[in-house]
Amino acid sequence: MPSDVEALQPERGSTDTAQSLFPLNVHQLVYSVGTQRLIDGIDLTIEQGSRTIIMGPNGAGKSLLLRLLHGLLVPTAGEIRWGETPRMDQARRRQALVFQRPVLLRRSVGANLRFALKLRRHTRAEREERLRHILELASLSHLVDRPARVLSQGEQQRVAIARALVLEPEVLLLDEPTVSLDPASVEAIEELILAAHRRGTKIILVTHDMAQARRLADEVVLLEQGRVVEYSPALQFFQQPNAATVHIDGSSRVVL
Amino acid sequence: MQDFGQAFTLAFQLIVSVDPTLSEIILLSLRVSLGAVTIASVIGLSIGAIVGILRFPGRGAIIVFLNALMGLPPVVVGLVVYMTLSHAGPLGWLHLLYSPTAMIIAQTILVTPIIASLSRQVIEDFYSEYREQFLSLGVPPKTAVAALLWDARYSLLTVALAGFGRAIAEVGAVIIVGGNIKHVTRVMTTAIALETSKGDLALALALGLILILIALSVNATVSLLRLNASNSAYA
Repeated sequence: MPSDVEALQPERGSTDTAQSLFPLNVHQLVYSVGTQRLIDGIDLTIEQGSRTIIMGPNGAGKSLLLRLLHGLLVPTAGEIRWGETPRMDQARRRQALVFQRPVLLRRSVGANLRFALKLRRHTRAEREERLRHILELASLSHLVDRPARVLSQGEQQRVAIARALVLEPEVLLLDEPTVSLDPASVEAIEELILAAHRRGTKIILVTHDMAQARRLADEVVLLEQGRVVEYSPALQFFQQPNAATVHIDGSSRVVL
Repeated sequence: MQDFGQAFTLAFQLIVSVDPTLSEIILLSLRVSLGAVTIASVIGLSIGAIVGILRFPGRGAIIVFLNALMGLPPVVVGLVVYMTLSHAGPLGWLHLLYSPTAMIIAQTILVTPIIASLSRQVIEDFYSEYREQFLSLGVPPKTAVAALLWDARYSLLTVALAGFGRAIAEVGAVIIVGGNIKHVTRVMTTAIALETSKGDLALALALGLILILIALSVNATVSLLRLNASNSAYA
C-alpha cells in the first residue's frame, strides 16, 4: 500500500503557486433558516496536518458546518477564511467532500472516476495512471467496469472516496462516511482515510461514532446546538472532556 | 361487428402484401413525426435543461406556461401555422403550405412543450440529486448539463416517446397544413379520416390498427431499452 500512496503524490506541486489553505479561520459563523440559528456564532481556527473530527449529537449542526466550510452553503453572517485564499471557490477546488450517502453517476466505477479526473488539466496518460493507482489503493480494480450503482453501500462509498482522492485534494472533508456500513467496510474506508492523511491530506471528518473518533482523531471539535462547546486534542477529549454534556461512563467510555 | 372482423382481415392483408400506397403513407407518417420529435427534442431539451437547472425570476411562470402549452389544441396550431404559411401570411413566400415540411412545423409546435415540460421535471430531479456533488467537484455548467442529459438519457427517451405518441396520433394540425394530398401529404391519421368520411370503415379501421401497431412497437422498443438500463443500474 505505501507504494500506491507514494505514487499519488507527485502532482501536489501543481498547486504550489496557490496560497496555503491554512490556518482555516472561522469567525462568528452563523447560518440561519428563518428565525432559527442552526449555526450560532462559531469561532474556530484549524491548523494543517492533524485529523480533525467534528462530533456532536443529532441536530448539532455538524453536517451544516462541513457544508459551510466547503462553500456549498453561504453563511448568514460571519466569515470562513481558508488561509490566504481569497475566494471560497478557489479553496473548494483544492478540497474534496465525501457525502454521507455517496452520489455516484449512473455509469461504471471507472467512468465515475474519469469524470472527476477530466475536470482537472491532466493528459489522458496521466488520468489513466492516476485511475489505476487509486483503484488499487481502494481495492476497486476488479470493479472498474461495473455500474457504480449496483455495488454494495460500502463499495459505493469507497468509490466516492476514491473519486475524491483521485483529485489529490489538500483537504478531505467527510460527512459521516461510514454510517450504517458493516464493520469490514468501515475498516476499509478508515484505512483509505488514513492513507490519504499519510500522504499529507488534511482530514476533517464528521461523525457521531465515538469509537471511530477514538481511532481517527488527532483533535476533536464538539458541537452542540450550533455552537462549539469543546475543541481539544483527542487525548484530552477522551480522558478529561471539558464539555458539561460529555462524561465518562463506568467502562471509561466517553458518552455524549 | 362485421366491420371489426373485416378490418382485422384487411389490416393483415395490407401488411402481408406490403401494399405500396400503405407503405408510402406509413413512411411519410414516420418521417413527419420523427422529424418533428427530433427538432422538438433539440429545442425542448434545451428549454428543459435551462429551466430545470437555472433559478431566475419568472421561472415559476414559465413552468406553468409550458405545462399549459402541453394541452395545445392541434386544430388551433394547424390554423395558426396555416395562416402563417399561406400566401397572405408572413412566411407565405416560403411556399411551404401543403408540404410535409409544413406538417413537421405544426407537429414540432405541438410536441416541443411536451418535451420541454417533461424533460424539465426529469432534469430537475437529477440535478437536485447531483447538485452538491457537482458544486463540490467544481463541474463547469456546460459539463454539468451534458452529464445530466447523458445520465438521464433513458428517462428523456421516454419523454421523447411521449412526444412521438402525440405527433403520430395527431390529425387536426396535419390535415389543415398538409391538406391530405395523395402521394404528397397523406399520413396515417389523415388517411383514416378520409376513409371514414368516404364510408370505408373497414379500411379506416385497418389503417387504425396499423397505426396502433406502430405506436406499440416504438413503445416496446424504448421500454426494452429502459428495462435493460434499469437492470444494469444505468437508468
